[in-house]
Amino acid sequence: MIEFKLPSLGSDMDEGKLLQWRIKPGDSVKRGQVVAVVDTSKAAVDIESWQEGTVFELLIQPGTTVPVGTVLATLLEAGESAESASQRIAQAPAAAARRRVSPAARKYAGDRGIDINTVIGTGAEGAVTLQDVEHAAKAAPVPGQPSAADKQQAMRNAIAAAMSRSKREIPHYYLSETVPMRNAQAWLTTANAQRSVTERLLMAVLQLKSVALALKKFPDMNGFFHAGIYQPSAAVHIGVAISLRQGGLIAPAIHDVADKSLEQLMHDLSDLVRRVRAGSLRSSEMSDPTATVTNLGEQGVEAVYGVIYPPQVALVAFGRITDRPWVNDGALCVMSATTASLAADHRVSDGHHGALFLAEVRERLQRPAEL
Amino acid sequence: MKRQQLMANVMATLRSVAPEVNENELVADQPLRDQVDLDSMDWLNFLIGLHEKLKIEIPEPDYARLRTLDDLLDYLGKKI
Repeated sequence: MIEFKLPSLGSDMDEGKLLQWRIKPGDSVKRGQVVAVVDTSKAAVDIESWQEGTVFELLIQPGTTVPVGTVLATLLEAGESAESASQRIAQAPAAAARRRVSPAARKYAGDRGIDINTVIGTGAEGAVTLQDVEHAAKAAPVPGQPSAADKQQAMRNAIAAAMSRSKREIPHYYLSETVPMRNAQAWLTTANAQRSVTERLLMAVLQLKSVALALKKFPDMNGFFHAGIYQPSAAVHIGVAISLRQGGLIAPAIHDVADKSLEQLMHDLSDLVRRVRAGSLRSSEMSDPTATVTNLGEQGVEAVYGVIYPPQVALVAFGRITDRPWVNDGALCVMSATTASLAADHRVSDGHHGALFLAEVRERLQRPAEL
Repeated sequence: MKRQQLMANVMATLRSVAPEVNENELVADQPLRDQVDLDSMDWLNFLIGLHEKLKIEIPEPDYARLRTLDDLLDYLGKKI
């Protein structure tokens, strides 16, 4: 029997509201298949299953808010029959009945109409304590549809929680570098002159690819810091910070950026922005960025110093591209340039390595034809 | 196409990118992208929308001429 649990879709998520099942008992589920839609405080996300099996039972009703880790459904493994699973469950109620619930917790839950079986116990041997029920009560949905203002506040709280954790746990260091953009702009202008409006590239795509290639070379900027241990990632999945028109921010991943062509990246970026706006993101995009790139230059700022999104260890930010005074071979000239900055984690890397990484990003942007 | 009809098409396309936009709050001779907070991806999607709706090509070098709503209507009026 496979337990399908609500995954964490980022460090700012500790609960989710099941909006819709996309499967029913008896359906076979493939790896990567979307099985449910869950509303986080930021967006409705399509949840994929990473295990194969046949749906046995859906345990949570749409409309219910549950903590991360809650078993949402059970799936039969290959070769497992419904009968054998039923038998196991028939024996299991004994276990369920033996579930430890403190009397105070049971009374509190009863008074407020909370299903004690949906509450995760944190006491001895998984006992459900009063505190657990109080926590569940806080997480429970307010009757009726949440207002836009409530959703805004929930998103703000989620961002605040993740960023507070980041600033509390991650010893950030910051570096910045002026990056000449004349070559990249000239290359982009020429490339776009031959393209129809539907096939044009944005500078953001060149920046993403440059960062991805540099991340590949600097594994201490690309990975996850979990429970005191850093795990570099072989794949480069870049979280792209996308502001939501109604306020707030989300940074889902474009996968394998270093291995994709600029055209493919442009397609992926447009698709991602469109789906962020339409509210149809996939769980894998939310949970696995290995580093983040943000670009606030378009809002007019010259430079951005970002806050790392845990458990990642680096964030690269680009400011506005402007004409600046520049010295070239001892002569003063005008150069179009941007400020690229790096926020990185001192538990994993030092400023020296960070500086080499930023220099690599700069150099990649000088050779746009090779991106 | 009459300017009024063109305006209706432009607004419908703009709303597909920025659903919150209010036509009455837009100042026709002021920079459009600042008023509606369109980043380069939004702007590109807006132009793709116009391309698909009005069947016109908008070369990138022309972007600089499309600052305000008035500029845009003048430009599109000549293209159609």
